Amino acid sequence: MSWLPVALVAVPLLGALALLSPATSRRGLLRVYGLVVTGATLVLAVILAVSFDYANAATPQFVIDREWAPGLALHFHLGVDGISLPLVVLTALLTFLCFLYLCWGDARQPGQLLRPEPGRPRALIFTLLVLEVGMIGTFLALDLLLFFVFFEIVLIPMYFVIAVWGGADRRAAALKFILYTLLGSVVLLLGLLLIWAQAGTLDMVALAQAQGGGMARGIQVLAFVAVGVGFAVKTPMWPLHTWLPDAHTEAPTVGSVLLAGVLLKMGTYGIARIAIPILPEGAAAVAPWLGALGVVGIIYGALACLAQRDLKRLIAYSSIGHMGFVLLGLATLTPAGMNAALFANIAHGLITGLLFFVAGGIKSRYGTADMTQLGGGMLAVLPHLGAVLSFACFASLGLPGLAGFWGEMLALFSAFEPAAGLPRPLFVAFMVIGGLGALLTAAYFLVMLSRVTHGLPGRRSEAALVGGGAGHGPVAVAAGGAVGTGEVTASADPSGAVAGSVDYSGEVAGSADYSGVVAGPAGTPLPVAPAVRHEEFPDERPIDSVEHSWEEDRSEWGYSDDWLEGESAEEAPEPDEPAVPAMPDLRPYELVAWTPLIVLTILFGLWPKLLFSVTTPAVQALLGVGS
Amino acid sequence: MTPNVILPLVIVLPFLAAAAGLLLSRLGTRETAPGTSGTSASGSGAVHGKKAPSLSMGGAALGRGEDALGRGDDTLTRGEDALGATHGGAVHRDTPATEGNRRANNRAAWFAIIPAAAATILALWLAWEEGLTFLGQIENDTLARAADPITYGTIETGAIPISLSLQADGLSVILGVLVTLVALAVQVYSVGYLKDDARYPSYSAFVSLFTSAMLLVVYAGDLLVLYVGWEVMGLCSYLLIGHWWEDLGNSRAAIKAFLVTRLGDVGFLFGIFVLGAAADSFRIVDVLAKVPEMSTGTLVAATMLLLAGVAGKSAQVPLHTWLPDAMAGPTPISALIHAATMVAAGIFIVARLFPAFLQAQPTLDVLAVLAALGMLGSALAALAQDDLKRVLAYSTISQLAFMAAALAAGSSTAAIFHLITHGAFKALLFLAAGVVIHHVGVNYMSQMGGLRRELPVTFVTMGVGFAALIGLPPTSGFFSKDSVLLAVEQAMTEGRLTDAAAVLLYGCALATLVVTGAYSTRAWLRTFLGRPRAVIALPEPPPGTAHVIDVREAPLSMLLPVILLAVPAMLLGLPGLGHLDVTVAVISVALALLGVGIVYAVWRSDPAADPARMLGPFRVPCEQAFYLDRAYAVLFVRPVLAMARLVARTDSRVVDGAVRESGRSVVGASGLLRLAQNGNVQLYVSGVLAGVLLIAVGAVMFT
Repeated sequence: MSWLPVALVAVPLLGALALLSPATSRRGLLRVYGLVVTGATLVLAVILAVSFDYANAATPQFVIDREWAPGLALHFHLGVDGISLPLVVLTALLTFLCFLYLCWGDARQPGQLLRPEPGRPRALIFTLLVLEVGMIGTFLALDLLLFFVFFEIVLIPMYFVIAVWGGADRRAAALKFILYTLLGSVVLLLGLLLIWAQAGTLDMVALAQAQGGGMARGIQVLAFVAVGVGFAVKTPMWPLHTWLPDAHTEAPTVGSVLLAGVLLKMGTYGIARIAIPILPEGAAAVAPWLGALGVVGIIYGALACLAQRDLKRLIAYSSIGHMGFVLLGLATLTPAGMNAALFANIAHGLITGLLFFVAGGIKSRYGTADMTQLGGGMLAVLPHLGAVLSFACFASLGLPGLAGFWGEMLALFSAFEPAAGLPRPLFVAFMVIGGLGALLTAAYFLVMLSRVTHGLPGRRSEAALVGGGAGHGPVAVAAGGAVGTGEVTASADPSGAVAGSVDYSGEVAGSADYSGVVAGPAGTPLPVAPAVRHEEFPDERPIDSVEHSWEEDRSEWGYSDDWLEGESAEEAPEPDEPAVPAMPDLRPYELVAWTPLIVLTILFGLWPKLLFSVTTPAVQALLGVGS
Repeated sequence: MTPNVILPLVIVLPFLAAAAGLLLSRLGTRETAPGTSGTSASGSGAVHGKKAPSLSMGGAALGRGEDALGRGDDTLTRGEDALGATHGGAVHRDTPATEGNRRANNRAAWFAIIPAAAATILALWLAWEEGLTFLGQIENDTLARAADPITYGTIETGAIPISLSLQADGLSVILGVLVTLVALAVQVYSVGYLKDDARYPSYSAFVSLFTSAMLLVVYAGDLLVLYVGWEVMGLCSYLLIGHWWEDLGNSRAAIKAFLVTRLGDVGFLFGIFVLGAAADSFRIVDVLAKVPEMSTGTLVAATMLLLAGVAGKSAQVPLHTWLPDAMAGPTPISALIHAATMVAAGIFIVARLFPAFLQAQPTLDVLAVLAALGMLGSALAALAQDDLKRVLAYSTISQLAFMAAALAAGSSTAAIFHLITHGAFKALLFLAAGVVIHHVGVNYMSQMGGLRRELPVTFVTMGVGFAALIGLPPTSGFFSKDSVLLAVEQAMTEGRLTDAAAVLLYGCALATLVVTGAYSTRAWLRTFLGRPRAVIALPEPPPGTAHVIDVREAPLSMLLPVILLAVPAMLLGLPGLGHLDVTVAVISVALALLGVGIVYAVWRSDPAADPARMLGPFRVPCEQAFYLDRAYAVLFVRPVLAMARLVARTDSRVVDGAVRESGRSVVGASGLLRLAQNGNVQLYVSGVLAGVLLIAVGAVMFT
């Protein structure tokens, strides 16, 4: 069965390579192509999970170990154990769900990127498939250099996902993302090379069994710091986190989902898999710092969330807080703490993936993710979407009975009883601070829910409503403008109910307040932003300076940009023939893509044993505690 | 049928009911054309299948808008409320019920009531099987050792395993009966109360979920399993307080309730950690068995931490401020969650872990002081409130403090006895108040009066409830208060508490009796007696009140639970009959009647005026509950928000600023280097020559 890990990597890779042939560029084929490839990968992952020998979850299974570059002692060494198995399945699942989201229905709905040519569907599918290769490979690799190779493969496609399909400020965000994480990778590579030089092998299994034997304490500490910094950037750990909010805010929905759902896990997985077992003495020396930074991240992330206005940015900062819990668990160096970290990883992948899906859905409908512009009353306008958002928030704030709870609870408990040799009072203090952080987490999520889902709808800019309903915000805004807003709303209700007109007359009068909001983004053409970018990245001028006649039509909120060329002008609603401005509630493709996440969140919440029974023995073996 | 099948069934049934109610109620009941919800211009009102809005609806929406503006409680974007309210008649709970809505509500009602009834029967069976031992325990003042839990599985976490176990002992089963019975009554009552509410299906599902969570707390055999139920209750409380979320005030009340209780819950969780780590098990039986071996320090730490959770959930000083605001929820919810069951969970957990508390004397002292302050303070606050529901809310805090007093005095049976009778009579009071509010359309007593003719049944039943609250014989409250007072009195002599705490507790308890009599009488008089005031019958009362104006008594579905609850409110005290201490009883009744008499005298002097005027200058502080809310806002809320802003600024300026600056400095440095690459060949050649010279000299010097 050792072909399974190879197949898991090979299927998306071959799928991506096949896309290079021009035969696959047919639109109809493309729509199912990604779905089929990632579906096959998911099936393989499920087979892997089913045929996994749970009695021996601690030992790597389905191992394949071939010499790759004998001169470098590099091995092609793949395998799964209880630690990586859940992450592999999560990765395959999330990627598949992303494709479901993109491909289901007619793929022209807001937020979906597989639109005809301007959306570059082939490139998107290619990029996401390569991304999947890197992600799955990272979790399967049992050789340090191979791990690093996969770890790096991930960066490039994610860079393109953000830079090509992202929001208005995507280029700066993508550049920050890639430079920041590459910088981390350099340090990581140095650390890995140091381990190799000292221990003489790249085999992660052997290294973990050696428990740091053969490495002096000083070397271990140095290596741990180097490896740890590399992973901490990816996690991200405070204060190395600032690439994350930008990347999340600008990334398209699927990019955000994969970034939060899988990419962040690679950092903590690396710490759990490589740094702690291979360098136990280094870990013991650095653990208090790790815990402290994790706890600072919890509080800092939560406080930052309280002050955020942008929904996606808020979720990004919440990830920093959640990763703080993961780091706290890891820092305790106990099986319970590691277990907590792994559980919280999976839970965060499911829940934050769902949150980003929902936030993407909201952004595509309203044309903005800014909470003040969203207004409120989403439960009245979009009851199902609002309900899913509420559910995801409850799960994310660590409500018992949902998946988010067990990881956080166990992380706190492990901090109450850290490993021998660690300063217990310090960790108890971490526990207390972490507990208060959990309270703050609840605070910002509830405040956000109150602002977005409660209250009466209609505070948001009317233009955003119209635009969101038309399927493409900016274009409609441009068509309307402040005056057009009045027109569109006044004539929006063809049924012409008397009360309706009473309502709307008030609204039109009120829209004077909004004219500033509406006119601002719509009336100000974007060139301001490119000007800034030119300054920062002089080399990229050719791409940005592609001027279109409809340049002015763009707003800074939408998905429209040079690459997509937006919805063509024909699709813009005629001002005389107003589009129906109401927003669609949960769409089928969203329902299909989100339901598995919701179900798994509830399942792991009610029955945490499912996950713990896989990870516990592996974690105990990794830390050398009798299983 | 054995307990190990019944036990999980009792808990799972309401859970399944909640799932079914949420997922299936609306299935196929949308009769409007598909897409209405998505394509109508109004966008919002159409969501629940509304037909074309009527003219009066528009007017109503406008009225609401003014109302929302007038309340001015929106801090985010003030002034836009009016606009928001007019937008498309978003107040869909006021939309005329469509056929689809009605069908959904009917179906949801069945989903809610049948499992609740089944759970009640099962809980009764469990109690019967257990032999109703609790009733016998009132006599001998000790709760039986917890029965061996039934374990359904163990979760290995790498640390102390979590055991999925349930237990049905004397304490659990009696509370299980209370919870299921009140839940059933509330479910039946809600059918009438929220008849045309478009969100009734989710409402009843949340009530079912709450029932399930509370039963999990009651029957849990493992502290972490208990914690799961404990928190889910908090969620349901949040969701139901925010049931009418169109008003952001309700939304804020819900947030406040959740956060304040969660603040306590953080401590509660840590308390569980301390106990679990000390006993090396989270199972309640194991923990209690290990209590004698634990050090006093551990026990004090653990119980103090647990006490934080108790204070949060049971709305005890200093974490009680959420409960009066929680009255923003529908009245049946106030009856179920915020009077009879959830808020009593804190008392329950102390009783459950009572051996640990008994070994931690400082904790009991703290509990005594908090209870003393809480019972008197909130009773005084109740005396000055105009909102009928807030009177009852403060009364709940006061009565919960009474139970806490019994616990502090060392008698868990008296506490649980009062918990059960209070559950019955306070649920009765709230449901009856719901009938009144449903009838009048407002919460304010200043706009009620003389309702005894219009609502004769409610008049009598609520009278029974108030009598029980005051503690008049032969109602249930009389007996349970008697046992609590007896315990408190004994605590003074037994010396379990420090003397000061015991004296303070006893004094406050006696004073509270007077004030309780006073505020109960005031509420009763101002609601039912006096001159009938013109019923305002607002077409559009503010959210938080029922909107159906009816000139008759409430529908049978509402009256029936009220009448049925009056029976236990009257009779539940009888098991304590043989236990009655006559001296204490005489004192307590005399004090209560004193309070009743004073208010009656003041009221007689001017039936139109509020008897609360007798408080004089003290009245405003009482009405404001001693300004605690404002103090907390200044002390906690604002600093946190200021810190949040600070962090957000720091993050973009300092943390990210450092990153950006390092990027910029690299670019700047490269700019400097670029100066050398200026394309001037002479410069390059000079550089090459200089380099050659340097190397040559170096080679000569160092070789």
